[in-house]
Amino acid sequence: MYESLKTNRRDFVKKMAALSAMTAAAGMFPGIVFASEQEKGIPANANLDWKKAPCRFCGVGCGVLIGTENGKAIAVKGDPKSPVNKGLCCVKGYHSIMALYGSDRLTHPLVKKNGRYVQTTMDEALDLVASKMKETIAAHGKDSVSIYGSGQWTIPDGYVASKLFKGCIGTNNVEANARLCMATAVTGFLSSFGLDEPMGCYEDIDHADTFVLWGNNMAEMHPVLFSRLLDQRMKRGVKIIDLATRTTRTSMAADKSIIFNPQTDLAIANAICYEIIANGWMNKSFVDEHCRFSKGLTNMGYGLEDNYAFTDKPEGISFEDYKDFLEDYSPEKVSNLTGVSVKDLKYLAAHFGDPNKKVMSLWCMGMNQHSRGTWINNLVYNIHLLTGKISSPGNSPFSLTGQPSACGTVREVGTLTHKLPHGVVANKEHREFAAKIWGVPVENIDPKPTYHTVEMFRALDRGDIRFMWIQVTNPMVTMPKLKRYRDGAKKEGRFIVVSDVYPTPTTDIADVILPSAMWVEREGLYGNSERRTQHFEQMLEPPGEAISDTLQLIEVAKRLGYEKQFGYKEDTHIAEIYNEYRRHHEGKKHNLAPLEVLKSQSGALWPYVDGKETKWRYNSTYDPACSNGKDFHFYGNKDGKAVIWQRPYEPAAEEPDADYPFWLGTGRVVEHWHTGSMTRRIPVLHQSMPHSYVELHPKDADRMQIKTGDKVKLTTRRGEITLPASVNERGVPAPMQVFVPFFDESMLINDITLDSFCPISKEPDYKKCAVKVEKV
Amino acid sequence: MPIKSYLVHPNLGKKQLLHTALSQIEQCEVIPAENENLLILVTETQNKTEEENLQERLSLLKDIKLMALVSGFNTPKTF
Ligand code: SF4
Repeated sequence: MYESLKTNRRDFVKKMAALSAMTAAAGMFPGIVFASEQEKGIPANANLDWKKAPCRFCGVGCGVLIGTENGKAIAVKGDPKSPVNKGLCCVKGYHSIMALYGSDRLTHPLVKKNGRYVQTTMDEALDLVASKMKETIAAHGKDSVSIYGSGQWTIPDGYVASKLFKGCIGTNNVEANARLCMATAVTGFLSSFGLDEPMGCYEDIDHADTFVLWGNNMAEMHPVLFSRLLDQRMKRGVKIIDLATRTTRTSMAADKSIIFNPQTDLAIANAICYEIIANGWMNKSFVDEHCRFSKGLTNMGYGLEDNYAFTDKPEGISFEDYKDFLEDYSPEKVSNLTGVSVKDLKYLAAHFGDPNKKVMSLWCMGMNQHSRGTWINNLVYNIHLLTGKISSPGNSPFSLTGQPSACGTVREVGTLTHKLPHGVVANKEHREFAAKIWGVPVENIDPKPTYHTVEMFRALDRGDIRFMWIQVTNPMVTMPKLKRYRDGAKKEGRFIVVSDVYPTPTTDIADVILPSAMWVEREGLYGNSERRTQHFEQMLEPPGEAISDTLQLIEVAKRLGYEKQFGYKEDTHIAEIYNEYRRHHEGKKHNLAPLEVLKSQSGALWPYVDGKETKWRYNSTYDPACSNGKDFHFYGNKDGKAVIWQRPYEPAAEEPDADYPFWLGTGRVVEHWHTGSMTRRIPVLHQSMPHSYVELHPKDADRMQIKTGDKVKLTTRRGEITLPASVNERGVPAPMQVFVPFFDESMLINDITLDSFCPISKEPDYKKCAVKVEKV
Repeated sequence: MPIKSYLVHPNLGKKQLLHTALSQIEQCEVIPAENENLLILVTETQNKTEEENLQERLSLLKDIKLMALVSGFNTPKTF
């Protein structure tokens, strides 16, 4: 069943090794060309038209050049002019255009009739979608219709979705899959700084002396950026410290790998702060001038029950109160809990405490998919604030994103229930501002947020939501505790529309499937992890009747009677939408670069003020929005100060016990883009990683007499699944932990995960639940 | 079963010679940069002894000015 692909895998690993070296070389010699490798496979005498685009896959946002000939994309190479990747890509980037040409691309709308899908025209399908929306609103009210989008939505897709649902229909039932990956980063930034998104940028990598990776397997998830770290190590001898719950390729490449017990990063971060203060490493003048101390509610629960609600109540505290709180977190006191030696805790703290070292913290899903995720984000900011290592070149707490436009579309456009492009629905001025630009009565915008993602699918199950439109995402693979939500979506009286490019388990639950134009088959914009907005033009015709998600939404909006708000011209609609969207962010704090600038270069960082990018926000040397006359200005908060939070350690929602003695964590692999719906159609990627597996620690495997390839049954309180074992291969979990990648739709690990979430961000914790492991 | 990649800096004017020399070693694959004095070397060996032998062979190549390891995938047998 699980065939060996020994040769392909080794070839693939060799290719990855070569690409790492090429990327490192590009860091040392910008513009270096490895023509023979990059242009392998391009037909001789090809007359290619090369055009720039951001890569379709991850949030690193590499610039690529796509070579087209006779209406087909036939080559891709890194864009040497892109400051992100300086000419190179990872394996996914190099194969990205192949994802356009899978043999089962969706090309015509399909409508379910008597249990079978029947092909129809786009016009008829859109008529049906619009009439079902009208019908549902008439029968069940405006909050019975919803849209669930994605960090792979382009900026115009997300913008028109928000305008239609929030501005015109008047429901806040707008969510996106970034709730499952980046919502915690948002609440972390908002609670500490009052504004979302990193203060620094990728250029920090060229200045930092130490990189602390907090549960972040960068070598696989952000390979091009990781190569930039390796390049700095070769050039300047920087140190890379991998702090993780599992040994990965990142740990192997790091200077130091520290393994900790799941959930105890909270205690580790507090121990570092304890050491910083106890050793006199605190930057007192920075803290006095630019920070205040606060605490919030504790014992918040885990969101396991329907309609769970939580609002934090911040309360100011003194530095002395904070110091007293940290007394419980000395390295000696938390070493047992965390599984990290006192020596290693002190080693970590010393890197942050050394006044001569610039430190960059990097994280992604390990900290964000965490039942106390907002807290751990706050705690890492605490470390940087206490030492003043923030908002300056090389001193940078940096949350990396997974998707190409999780920042650009979900966080900046605000496609989450509580958000507007500028500000939040609960704020009257923000509603007035949005309503004016949208050309709708302000009363249309509901001041109350409705459902975050998990609750939205619960509402669909309960019947509070009756209509859901899903675009560019695959929740029937990614939702935690998936079975409940799959069964819920299939219930009588639910109407599901899915826009996608390939059949997926999510199109399987659809009543209408709309074929979408993919990536460079339409014009669009993405925003990456470092606040870089990038434009791409339409280079190819989409197949069959496929049209962009933006046009699908515009067409339905017009059918619902919103011609005035959606009167964009077909030829210029993306430019018109972007120019309208820019108005929401006008001003020195978030101004976006004009479209002409984005067309002429590899994107631009916002705030883009007077023709210049802002590389380091809140630092008056670089950021024109600083106005307090001091060196730093955290202007997101009214008093201009950043918040140092008192946040304790609390256990995870479900921890191993006698019945379910192992931890289960899930995650990604370098070959596949999330649920694999595109990358599994790229033969070289599919062959190199054809199916999922369960990683075990060799000692556990030995004890249970499990070898690589043996079938292993995993059982949680939600159900069971059987997967092939992987022992001592790519990643090695700590003893009594197992790890399963989630990309494989034929082995749906999310059927058995838990839907606990961070009470503040409402982002699920995919990294922790309890599981029983048995050899089959 | 190590697979490793290196940035190899040749001595001035020796890039082509070094490219040829490395290409003749069974365990080596070479990707030359077109516009810089740099080669990328990917090596693949089956076991520790073979790896040690290769390292020794590489250390005897006089045209290598500097060789920097970029990535090492100590892939298990199943890869
Ligand atoms: S690192 Fe991400 S953005 Fe860059 S090429 Fe790879 S998948 Fe694309």
